[in-house]
Amino acid sequence: MLAGGTIFLVVLLYMSVLFTIAYVGDKRADAGRSMIRNPYVYALSMGVYCTAWTFYGSVGRAASTGVGFLPVYLGPTLMAALWWVILRKIIRITKDNRITSIADFVGSRYGKSTLLAMLVSIIAVVGIVPYISLQLQAVSTSFTSLWTEPGRGIAETTAMFSVRDTAFYAAWVLAAFAILFGTRHLDLTEHHEGLVAAIAFESIVKLVAFLAVGIFVTYGMYDGFGDIFSRAAADPDLRRLLVMGDGVDGSTYASWAWLTMLSMLAILFLPRQFQMQVVENTDERHLGKAIWLFPLYLLLMNIFVLPIAFGGLLYFPRGTVNADAFVLTLPLAQGQSAMALVAFIGGVSAATSMVIVTTVALSTMVSNDLVMPLLLNFPPLRLNQRTDLSGLLLAIRRIAIVAIVMFAYAYERATGETTSLVSIGLISFAAVAQFAPAILGGIYWRDATRTGAAVGLVAGFVIWAYTLALPSLTSPGWIIESLVNHGAFGLAYLRPYALLGVTGLDPVSHSLFWSLFVNAGLFVIVSLLTQPSVIERSQASRFVDVFRLAPEGLPLRRGTASYAALQDLLKRFLGERRTNAALRTYAHRRGLDWETDIVEADADLLQYSEQILAGAIGSASAHVAITSIVHDEALGMDELMRMLDETSQAIAYSRRLEERSRMLEEKSLALETATTELRQANERLLELDVLKDEFISTVTHELRTPLTSIRAFTEILYDNPDLDPARRSEFLAIVLRESERLTRLINQVLDLAKIESGTAEWDLSDVDLRAVVLESVQALHQLFAEHNVALELDLPTQVPTVQADRDRVQQVMINLLSNAIKFADAADGQVAVTLQVDGQQVRVDVADNGPGLDTAAQAVVFDKFRQVADRRSGRPQGTGLGLPISRQIIAHFGGELWVESLPGAGATFSFTLPIPAG
Amino acid sequence: MSKNVLIVDDEPNIVISLEFLMEQAGYTTAVARTGDEALACIADFAPDLILLDVMLPGMSGFDICQTVRQTPDWQHIKIIMLTAKGRDVEVSKGLALGANAYITKPFSTKALMAEVQEQLTDHAATKR
Repeated sequence: MLAGGTIFLVVLLYMSVLFTIAYVGDKRADAGRSMIRNPYVYALSMGVYCTAWTFYGSVGRAASTGVGFLPVYLGPTLMAALWWVILRKIIRITKDNRITSIADFVGSRYGKSTLLAMLVSIIAVVGIVPYISLQLQAVSTSFTSLWTEPGRGIAETTAMFSVRDTAFYAAWVLAAFAILFGTRHLDLTEHHEGLVAAIAFESIVKLVAFLAVGIFVTYGMYDGFGDIFSRAAADPDLRRLLVMGDGVDGSTYASWAWLTMLSMLAILFLPRQFQMQVVENTDERHLGKAIWLFPLYLLLMNIFVLPIAFGGLLYFPRGTVNADAFVLTLPLAQGQSAMALVAFIGGVSAATSMVIVTTVALSTMVSNDLVMPLLLNFPPLRLNQRTDLSGLLLAIRRIAIVAIVMFAYAYERATGETTSLVSIGLISFAAVAQFAPAILGGIYWRDATRTGAAVGLVAGFVIWAYTLALPSLTSPGWIIESLVNHGAFGLAYLRPYALLGVTGLDPVSHSLFWSLFVNAGLFVIVSLLTQPSVIERSQASRFVDVFRLAPEGLPLRRGTASYAALQDLLKRFLGERRTNAALRTYAHRRGLDWETDIVEADADLLQYSEQILAGAIGSASAHVAITSIVHDEALGMDELMRMLDETSQAIAYSRRLEERSRMLEEKSLALETATTELRQANERLLELDVLKDEFISTVTHELRTPLTSIRAFTEILYDNPDLDPARRSEFLAIVLRESERLTRLINQVLDLAKIESGTAEWDLSDVDLRAVVLESVQALHQLFAEHNVALELDLPTQVPTVQADRDRVQQVMINLLSNAIKFADAADGQVAVTLQVDGQQVRVDVADNGPGLDTAAQAVVFDKFRQVADRRSGRPQGTGLGLPISRQIIAHFGGELWVESLPGAGATFSFTLPIPAG
Repeated sequence: MSKNVLIVDDEPNIVISLEFLMEQAGYTTAVARTGDEALACIADFAPDLILLDVMLPGMSGFDICQTVRQTPDWQHIKIIMLTAKGRDVEVSKGLALGANAYITKPFSTKALMAEVQEQLTDHAATKR
């Protein structure tokens, strides 16, 4: 038995050491020589997971369920393996968004939702309160155990001494300690280095204390593990604790699985774990070591749980001593007061670390996510006009800490010590497990919506409260007892421990099953049914794609604000010194003077300010606060712009690029087409020009040739008046012939021009081609004779008349006959003319037996001035316009003129003229 | 000693007029109607001067001119090109190919004779 004064002194001493460590830690952090920036301190600070529940309750649970205490530590060990994937992502998101708590995290993820942050805060506070009360109970119980005679049960001691009072004092001491450590700073993202150092130290203390007791019991009272376990195996009552699933509550395989899963979630989502693992994390690489250091810590913490439990059960008569207190009562029973004191300090350290960190985390949520949003939206307080709100914020947090601890004290009174420590802890575990769908879904599932998260959380929380929290308040005579036994409104399927008739699970597993099932189900279904708002979308991508986004992306804000207004706002929440420092940092980064160069706060500065402010009052509150001073910022428009920025920009950009390249392509295609057309047109023009040039040149040449003869002979005759008469006649004849040739040429050129331009006059009549052929032959009779060419006529007696200009058709006929005579064989010239009816047209063939035309010649024979050389003279006779003109004439009357020939076998020129219908 | 003048043209009436003019001036003449005839004639007839039409069937006057100028033995032969195509380009081309003069049709008989005599006199002078 120890004197109350001694115990009090030791506790005071311990607290002083703790406070010194925290103080030094803060001082060194201010001096830039951090104590906590290493993975070992980080891993130890995670040891805040092990509370008084672990210290005392594990033994208690082991004493009633055997290895049933293990899942609570197996879960975190399993989860640690996933930390690099899950926790690292949460840490990165938290740092990028300057998130201050788990409530802030959820609110921020779902569009900086104030509502969700409030909801999470409420769930956290309500859910964790039993856990804090558990610490109070543990401290007071341990204090009482230490003070009273060993061997006397707690039930007896309560009669002698008011445990409630001890708990009441413990509550005040812990609250004071939390206030001293946790509310010195305002910017929570600047780490509480002193606090972390103190917590890490406490982790060492409780581990050492527990190991000391364990070694004392195992090797002092017994002969090691083997001795204790063989003795336990020999005891029929204890032997059943060594096997699984023997009907012992909490040791079935189902319970194991559920509890393991529950603990996996708890290690991530308990507010104090979030605070230590995420918010206070200084370097995410530390996680790499913590992944194996923390499970190792848990292992050491649990090695002696079973030996102590069995030792106690074997030592004390059954039922006389609360197993939760074995850690203390065993040394006391052996008269080892010092060892008992060490154990007591270990328990105190476990309890204080939990309460301090939890209340700091919860008070942050309460002030940032619960009270501030309400106050900001409450005009009578005129918060906008207060010059400095930083003091108010700290006050809110301090009040929150006291309120939470007192709430826990009240809960402790309501439940009494009838419930075991572990069960109370599991109630809190189940409460925070409700965050799992919203958070895990939120960081991996882009389409999760605010409504989905809210509906899921509310439903899960309600089920948790109904199936677990409410029944825990039960004590004889309470209304709740009948509720538990008979269900709400007397409906059996609403019994809290057997909802919808589900039985066979322990209460915690049962509650967890239903709450998580409904929570996750509604979260997914409602998320799928609802559309996320624009800001939710943007936040979703910031969270889900945190590893893909650059830490400083596009400015999220639009609009501007007065610099003075911004300064006022920041000073209100941060105080003048911190505001000035923040602005100086901002201006310095941009090479500006913060006092003179900035007149207007642009989007970038507003974004920066919101982040700074978020560190003090949470992201949702900061967003509202900054938005309140931004000019003309319609929120919808802002969100729209943000969405355009973040989600559509890439698409829009690529679309623009596509568009542009497509337009370019089209343009270049059009350009190419135009160029091609232009080039073709140019070529054609050039061709036409060349043709025209050639034509003029050719006509000129054709005109000059007869003119040359005429001029030459005229001059000769003029210069030689005494020329002999024969020659004179010869020369004059040449002049005459050449003059005729010239005239003919000029006429034909004009004729062709007229026909081609459409100005020729046509004298239409019924033409009998037989008559035309005969007349033409008659006209050329002389020529046939001169050239000694035989003519063969093959004419039907009658052919149908055709519509044409008789003179023009005769012109064609004479031209063809002249050519035939000209090219017919010189020695035995023969020309055959055939007239026949060929279908609906009359056809005329003029064949000669001359040299014929090769393919190339056939192709050009109808071109102007293309003359085929006359072999006999070496030069063609005629103008070279006869055939082109003939073809034009025949074409005019709807007929055709063509040539068929084989070189060496003569040529046949044929034309057709259509017989008019009817 | 009378000079030999080769007339190369495919237009019979022009040939007649040129023959008359050359013979009247005391030159001995020969006539070719195509390029091939002309080249054959040059070898046999050894003309001192060629009156060369450009537009000939087959080989053109330009081709004949070029061939004559590329043949070392024929370097002394004077060439006067006669053509109905009087464009500057053709005049330049003819002169560039080595023609001594270029006369467009229809020509003045006096101007033609003056040019022929000029070329042949010049030739005699250089020889001396």
